[in-house]
Amino acid sequence: MSLAWLARRLLLMGYTLIVVSMLVFAITQILPADAAQSLLGENATPEMLAALRARLGLDAPAWQQYLHWAGRVFSGDFGISMRTSQPVGPDMLTALSRSLLLAVSSILVTLLVAVPLGVVAALRHGRLTDAGVSLIAYLGVSLPEFVTATLLALLLADTLHWLPATGYVSLLEDFGDGIRHLALPVLTISMILIAHVMRMMRSETLDVLKSDYIRAARLKGLPERTVLFRHALRNAMLPVVTIIALDVGYLLGGIIVIEEIFAIPGIGRALMVAITTRDLPSIQAGALIMAATYAITNTLADMAYALLDRRIRYD
Amino acid sequence: MTELLIRLIRRPQGLVGVALLALIAIACLFGPALAPYAPEKIDFLGRFRAPGWQNWLGADQFGRDILSRLMVGARSTVPMALIATLAGSAAGAIIGVGSAYLGGRTDEAIMRTNDAVMAIPGLLMALLLVSTLGNGTGNAVVAIAVAFAPGMARVTRSVALNIRNQDYVKAAIARGESALWIIFREMLPNVMAPIVIETTIRVSFAVMLFATLSFLGVGAQPPASEWGLMVADARQYMYQAPWGLIAPSAAIALTAIAFNLLGDGLRDALNPKDER
Repeated sequence: MSLAWLARRLLLMGYTLIVVSMLVFAITQILPADAAQSLLGENATPEMLAALRARLGLDAPAWQQYLHWAGRVFSGDFGISMRTSQPVGPDMLTALSRSLLLAVSSILVTLLVAVPLGVVAALRHGRLTDAGVSLIAYLGVSLPEFVTATLLALLLADTLHWLPATGYVSLLEDFGDGIRHLALPVLTISMILIAHVMRMMRSETLDVLKSDYIRAARLKGLPERTVLFRHALRNAMLPVVTIIALDVGYLLGGIIVIEEIFAIPGIGRALMVAITTRDLPSIQAGALIMAATYAITNTLADMAYALLDRRIRYD
Repeated sequence: MTELLIRLIRRPQGLVGVALLALIAIACLFGPALAPYAPEKIDFLGRFRAPGWQNWLGADQFGRDILSRLMVGARSTVPMALIATLAGSAAGAIIGVGSAYLGGRTDEAIMRTNDAVMAIPGLLMALLLVSTLGNGTGNAVVAIAVAFAPGMARVTRSVALNIRNQDYVKAAIARGESALWIIFREMLPNVMAPIVIETTIRVSFAVMLFATLSFLGVGAQPPASEWGLMVADARQYMYQAPWGLIAPSAAIALTAIAFNLLGDGLRDALNPKDER
């Protein structure tokens, strides 16, 4: 990982953030013919409309509006919520921390389950275990998260009463109860991630096992366990870093639905509330923070990949 | 074409996929005619009736027949997902091939911007667009198409880069053909196979995304019997009548599986060498 590469990668991340901010701003504030009217609805008086236009700076040309907005956002000021009259930024960041807890737990569960399953499927290539694993993977990617979430809640909460159906309890207040409330959402998100990672792990392990260096290791007379753990898995694990990073995009989308269903006050739910109440500053902040999270995660994943695999030289 | 179909259904996945899709197509084309009841027919005596001989898949909170609603609802779910995917894929394919044709710094700039747009998750992009354009089926379709285009552009561009260096493209450039001619007549037809495979698999995402938007209340609007909407409706009564939840969920899942299987089947049928 050379310094030039790192600088280039960071520059790219900066570019991504600029493009994303332009898009979010264009879709939410420029695209509507009259943003003030659509925010206030039919019953707005001309004075109210004029006041809102002045507050949002809607009379200025689009690029001026954007620069003004981007300047404020860059200094950490996301504006005042039109619903609660509180600053948007702090609320969104608190919500983000809850969502990140959900996301990180889901990724951990995914890795713990998917990596071993994928390897086992590859080792038993073409046999019943392999077919079973592939079938589960198919089901995982074919069920939208709102379906998985509802069916899991029906089974584990309503029928078996093992877990609470909705709600959020902070881990700091009551660790046990917090975990119990996290279990269903994490399980739902993991189902789909597990399907992706498992598929990837299986095909990567199959590829690696066919490679020359594995043959060499076997011919050298190394025990099968050493071949598998020291040589094969280390290399097969690498692409998992990439797919997890790409799945963060999916994860952030999924979180919107999951938090809505399980009533978790995270950033996804904050965004849905903002959308249904037409709270423009909150919509912009929520969307921007989510996209930024994705861009930053991907940059970090690229760095991790470059560190782990010395053969990679991006230039 | 026939040969492709034969190769497709020779494998079990392809066969199951094609069979499921045939069923879904029948429901989309003849659903209202074949349904045993009218989808809006209210029957207060039959509220929450369990699956049985009267209502094969049970009845909902108004005593409406769930099977009939599913069959009629196929029309408001599957064709929408198809249209959205086709529009998004077409736009993405043109951007991808165009970028590969232009090459060099222009290609670099287009693809970096494209990657940046992809930092907005599909569902988030769709939600933002629908919240601006207004709730409803048509806007949801547009939103999904826009959300899908960048991913498709990336896939197409990577294939088109190889094509760009083929002799027939160089020959067309040497002949002095216009850029549009080269992009549409020389390059696009030769990247079709991977595009078709990718598009097919993406239809299953579109089905799920469209149902999700309806579930969140911004896609299809009641009283349509769109499948995601049916799940959202049934959630309130899931303890009394779980069948109201399970039936549309299964319909969404089966449709998604069908397109996934077809996509995988097509991949095998179009590249017989690549066995994995």
